[in-house]
Amino acid sequence: MRMENKAKSYRILIIFAHPAIRKSRVNRVMIRAAQNLPGVTVHDLYEAYPDFDIDVSREQELLLDHDIILLHHPFYWYSTPSIIKEWEDLVLTHGWAYGQAGRALRGKRLLSVITTGGREEAYQKGGHNRFTIRELLAPIEQTAYLCGMEYLPPFVVHGTHSFRPDDVERHASDYRRLLLALRDGRVDLQAAQLHPRLNADLDSILTS
Amino acid sequence: MYGEGFFFQAFIYLAAAVISVPIAKRLGLGSVLGYLIAGVAIGPFGLQLVGEEGEDVMHFAEFGVVMMLFLIGLELQPSRLWRLRGPIIGMGGLQLGLTAALIMAAGGALGLPWQSALAVGLVLALSSTAIVLQTLSEKGLLKTDGGQSSFAVLLFQDIAVIPLLALLPLLAVHGAFGSAAAPAGMGEHGSTWIEGLPGWAQTLLVLGSVVGLILGGRFLIRPLFRAIAQTRLRELFTAAALLLVIGIALLMTRVGLSPALGTFLAGVVLADSEYRHELEADIDPFKGLLLGLFFIAVGASIDFRLVSSEPVLIGGLVCALIIIKFGVLFVLGKFFKMGFDQNLLLALSLAQGGEFAFVLFTFAYTDGILPKEITGPLIAVVAISMPLTPLLMLLNEKLIQPRFGTRQNLEREPDAIDEENPVIIAGFGRFGNIVGRLLRANGVRATVLDFDSDNVEMLRKLGMKVFYGDATRHELLRAAGAEKAKLLILALDDPEKNLEMLQIARKHFPHLTILARANGRSDAYELIEAGVNFVYRETFDASLRLGIEVLRLLGFPSYQAYRASKTFRHHDEHALRELATMRHDRKAYISHARERIRDLEEILQEEMQPGTDLKRDLGWDTTSLREEFASRHRK
Repeated sequence: MRMENKAKSYRILIIFAHPAIRKSRVNRVMIRAAQNLPGVTVHDLYEAYPDFDIDVSREQELLLDHDIILLHHPFYWYSTPSIIKEWEDLVLTHGWAYGQAGRALRGKRLLSVITTGGREEAYQKGGHNRFTIRELLAPIEQTAYLCGMEYLPPFVVHGTHSFRPDDVERHASDYRRLLLALRDGRVDLQAAQLHPRLNADLDSILTS
Repeated sequence: MYGEGFFFQAFIYLAAAVISVPIAKRLGLGSVLGYLIAGVAIGPFGLQLVGEEGEDVMHFAEFGVVMMLFLIGLELQPSRLWRLRGPIIGMGGLQLGLTAALIMAAGGALGLPWQSALAVGLVLALSSTAIVLQTLSEKGLLKTDGGQSSFAVLLFQDIAVIPLLALLPLLAVHGAFGSAAAPAGMGEHGSTWIEGLPGWAQTLLVLGSVVGLILGGRFLIRPLFRAIAQTRLRELFTAAALLLVIGIALLMTRVGLSPALGTFLAGVVLADSEYRHELEADIDPFKGLLLGLFFIAVGASIDFRLVSSEPVLIGGLVCALIIIKFGVLFVLGKFFKMGFDQNLLLALSLAQGGEFAFVLFTFAYTDGILPKEITGPLIAVVAISMPLTPLLMLLNEKLIQPRFGTRQNLEREPDAIDEENPVIIAGFGRFGNIVGRLLRANGVRATVLDFDSDNVEMLRKLGMKVFYGDATRHELLRAAGAEKAKLLILALDDPEKNLEMLQIARKHFPHLTILARANGRSDAYELIEAGVNFVYRETFDASLRLGIEVLRLLGFPSYQAYRASKTFRHHDEHALRELATMRHDRKAYISHARERIRDLEEILQEEMQPGTDLKRDLGWDTTSLREEFASRHRK
């Protein structure tokens, strides 16, 4: 099976982080939509390492076993929840992920999946947050670059403060569609790079 | 030696039990009813496989009651017994007095002379220790309020049998005064030592025996059992346990006390001893068999000819007996401020005639206190009332409780109806209580099993669902809801008990995820081997935290010390699982002490070698980065 589809099928790893999952309204629904999809591994960092005692070998193996890495989390202080930073510090070691001998992640793809309370208009020059999401995610983009990974625009769910339940469902189903398309190689990556976020116009970047 | 006849009889009794009890249990009737039905089936009015000798069997089997009281004593520390003194004297005394008075009045109304009516009243006021306690313990209700009150009343009745035997001859209307015959059970055999002695000497002898029993239990029996245990012959220990019970029963009979009471007392004295569990395990099968035999004999002794000739009279008397006894107990329960459920349990469980009634009525007849026209039907009434008890309790459990029972609980504390608590904590001492409090603080309801009566009482007051008793009995686990629970936490102080309970839970409730407290490493190994899901060495975390503190005080940066402890923990827990499987083949011949030293060696050796997990914090180490930087700039 895998041999036949190899050209088209990608293994996806979702590195998920939400420190208070029971209080989550959006991310909880989204991550549920991603669960139990063949070819998609959901890895909940706070669940695996409640004491931040990250198992580096295991994490590196997980990364090696997948082709597309997603960092899925709420957008805290224009960045990730702290455990993802800890994860980066400890797992992406010199000589493994980067540096002369560090080639483990080369050719893999990386993208962020984030939710923000503020609306999209707030994230631009002159807006309340003064920078675009893409600008604020520069550290992650550069991390991907340093590790030789292809960086994709983020999947951003904006304006969650004013969400109603069906809004959440809509984004969750978009997320699921994107995951399946990424897995099956049905995303037009060149077209995608033109968008500020992958879900700006999902239909236009998915091929059949 | 007994001939074929004996074996044939044994075969009949055993076969009846083996066939009918499982069927009764399957039908939800409980073992007591099963035995009674078996008795009816093989009795003179069933298959006629046993006849007159059934009565001898009954007297022999009454020894099961003696053993049962010994076992109950074993579970009752003196302090607990002392706390029960109120219910024993208050409730027990009132029950006996009021019931006897009511029955006496009824008898008088039916035209009996007052002496006979009083005799009948006193005898019928007694309930059946065997049936009540067996039924209650089978249902796991012995430790409830109602169960404890029932027990208290039964204990008072047991004590009351002694003066009753002395009193009965005085109530003879016609015929001669009988001799002060021996009390129930073993009583028929042999005479007592106190006959013919002056009153003060009798009292002295009785008191001396009781004091001797207590002192002997305290100071003599322990070294004796220690010596026997050292022989490592299991059957010798069993023999000694039986010897102890039989010896005490004989002694008590000789000085004119109830053997059941004597062995009960001996049990209480031994409740604190380290041999308690062995004694329990050894006596328990004998008790079970004898009680079963006793119930069969009761079933076989029901005189259906008499019943069928006077169905209305007998039926009416049975109803009257049950109603009077029930009524008195229910009112008493209200008076003692018991909850509705518990009160109902108490009143229903004790609403029958007792096995002493057989002895006492026979005695009353032979001594001319009561005529056969009275004792005959009354023995039948008592015999019929006995199997009705488990039936009534079944009715209560299935019909009354579901409809009326739980409502009261609901008003008091909604969460107290925690039949389906997901967590069971065995042992609520210094370890378990921390777990329990954490759960409680987060709204998770746990059912607690504990041996410590102080704990139990305190926790019950807090509204927790607590079962007192030997947590290693699977019946108790079942009563605590193990079938529906998800997690079982083993936090008992005694590592062996923890292990024993783990094995029982694994066997009977394989669906449970089990988390266990381990004393130390070797303990943890055993738990892992026995299939525990998670194991926690009780000193491990505290030691590690102390270690962190030491590193810090020596000048290590806090966080580095903390991370070092994490690495150590990771490593140690890994090694624990690994060594648990490795040590098995050598276990048999290396003593525990040497084993422990060897384990420690293995751990230390492994620590010397750079393990894979040492690279866990490499991401914070810039050594290789600097090297690469330097080499690049040298070019």
